[in-house]
Amino acid sequence: MNIAEYSGVWVFIEVKDGKIVPVSLELLGAGKRLAEKRGVELSGILVGYGVKPLANTAFEYGADAVYVYDDPIFKLYRTETYMRAIIECTNRHKPEIILYGATSTGKDLASAAATDLATGLTADTTILDIDADTGLLQASRPAFGGNIMATILCKKHRPQMATVRPKIMKAMNPIPGRKGEIIEEKISIREEDVRTKVLEIVKSATKQVRIDEADIIVAGGKGLGDAKGFGLIHDFAETIGATVGASRDAVEAGWIEHHHQVGQTGVTVTPKIYFAIGISGAIQHLVGMQNSGLIIAINKDPDAPIFNSCHYGIVGDAFEIVPMLIEQFKRVLTAEEVKNA
Amino acid sequence: MLHVVACIKQVPDTKVAKLNPKTNTIDRASAPAILNPYDTHAVEEAVRLKKRYGGTVTVLTMGPPPAVKAIRRCVEIGADEGYMISDRAFAGADTLATSYALTKALHKISQIRPIDLIICGKMTIDGDTGQVGPGIARRLDIPPLTSVNKVVEIDKEGGSAVVHRKLEDGYEVVKSTLPCLLTVEKEINEVPYSPMPNLIKAARYQPTIWAVSDLEDVDRTQLGLKGSPTIVGSVWAPPKPQGGEILQGPVNSQVDQLMDILLQKKELFAVKGGAS
Ligand SMILES: Cc1cc2nc3c(=O)[nH]c(=O)nc-3n(C[C@H](O)[C@H](O)[C@H](O)COP(=O)(O)OP(=O)(O)OC[C@H]3O[C@@H](n4cnc5c(N)ncnc54)[C@H](O)[C@@H]3O)c2cc1C
Repeated sequence: MNIAEYSGVWVFIEVKDGKIVPVSLELLGAGKRLAEKRGVELSGILVGYGVKPLANTAFEYGADAVYVYDDPIFKLYRTETYMRAIIECTNRHKPEIILYGATSTGKDLASAAATDLATGLTADTTILDIDADTGLLQASRPAFGGNIMATILCKKHRPQMATVRPKIMKAMNPIPGRKGEIIEEKISIREEDVRTKVLEIVKSATKQVRIDEADIIVAGGKGLGDAKGFGLIHDFAETIGATVGASRDAVEAGWIEHHHQVGQTGVTVTPKIYFAIGISGAIQHLVGMQNSGLIIAINKDPDAPIFNSCHYGIVGDAFEIVPMLIEQFKRVLTAEEVKNA
Repeated sequence: MLHVVACIKQVPDTKVAKLNPKTNTIDRASAPAILNPYDTHAVEEAVRLKKRYGGTVTVLTMGPPPAVKAIRRCVEIGADEGYMISDRAFAGADTLATSYALTKALHKISQIRPIDLIICGKMTIDGDTGQVGPGIARRLDIPPLTSVNKVVEIDKEGGSAVVHRKLEDGYEVVKSTLPCLLTVEKEINEVPYSPMPNLIKAARYQPTIWAVSDLEDVDRTQLGLKGSPTIVGSVWAPPKPQGGEILQGPVNSQVDQLMDILLQKKELFAVKGGAS
């Protein structure tokens, strides 16, 4: 492989329900910074059916060009079909780097494509950098359960590929009307030859809480003692109109469902306010919430690591402090209601 | 009769693993070796399919000799046969080289008994990538189905499988041809306590162990460190955060101080009953 033939930074643009998913916009921002440092173009690769107009969004968020595969065969995501598009396009245009969101689709696609392209793939990257001279991508990620960070390199193979965790990279401020080049690609895949069929898509009946979309999160940990104690978290959240989050230990204790879990094996969140109550602040928890706007920690142990990662902390018993906060908020918020009435 | 193969791995229990502060590497002696938790569900699902359709459950692992213990754990869960590939040449493999080696072993297993279905755990807790399963599927040129949280049906005669793939906001029902490869979520099943006969069988179980020379058509340049496009450039401890302000004074006053801080962002808080 002549690695000098490979040039440019690509982002796989994932589409869901007719919209580009947020992590793809974040990656256009991250990809732009890499491309500028290396002095190359940033391109998107957009696969789907009826997706071509979305290329304009990609331009506004920093893409210089977008490769578009718009075909009924790509209506629903399937590894087999999407992978063929990625592989063909890569072999034809030879990018130096391809970034994917570390979503279930992004990970599925990247893992399959990396095998056929016989190249390196770094999973769940949280920090990206590039050597401007050699184009070597430095993809860093938590390793060994988040105890350490590892910087992964792929020296002799191209493209260098990484999946990147959502909510970590910053999207550019979109520039309305910014233009780029649309490159329409064609691929011939016959439906009869595809071995997988999506029979049905079932959305959860009760719209599952998406903690990553919340403005305020009240998160509770093992320090709440038991399921009943964890009720305090629900009470507080309800009082202030917040969403409930949890540490893994609270989830594993069965006090709350997994989709509320914040952290490395849960969700990464960036709310405007994050309350960590009875949470010690293990590194695996911190990676999921440390970019929150305002972090408030309440913990009875003055040496709890969470106090190193919060903006304001109260050393004390949650069962004493939180009810006081609930009281105060109730008073303030009802006063507000009266005023607004 | 189904032949289901589960690919499994022995991992250090990262939950209790300690970091050697000098070298920034995991002190393996500090961490007990366990069967990767996600793989217990892969094996359990294979065992359940065997109960439903009849057949054989085989497990396969790549690892150093002590990894035999992980295979024994699979036998406890109900696996019939275990294979292990073990050789210095495999050492240092990244996900690409790992899927290559396992695929060579799967070829050999399928000569002994054709494989209908391969099941892998969602990911390992030490590598945390989830890339090996899809990698194997690509190398065998069979469909990979990731994030599976339910197997609806395996129809060997009809040559098809129907599964649920978990999505961020629900699931999709997918039909695939057989053979195919599934990677499974933890929620797919609960692993019960193992019955006594399994425990007895497992205690003495000796898997078949193959070295590179026992496998066919192996390109040695694709094995281990040599066959791995990625390398670990450096490992480092995550930067210690700066720390914030710890509120002082009597509890009442601390709560008041906090309220002052929070109410600067008053617009974020919902007024109960709606401000109409
Ligand atoms: C591979 C791997 C992945 C992981 N992924 C995640 C993840 O995604 N998310 C996650 O959260 N963790 C994760 N963990 C687990 C993580 O290492 C910690 O074990 C976990 O976050 C601890 O949860 P906790 O803070 O609730 O419990 P603990 O560490 O037990 O802390 C409880 C805290 O509550 C305080 N407390 C007790 N009583 C009170 C009281 N009355 N009032 C106030 N404070 C009180 C204590 O002082 C203590 O600090 C992962 C671990 C591994 C190995």
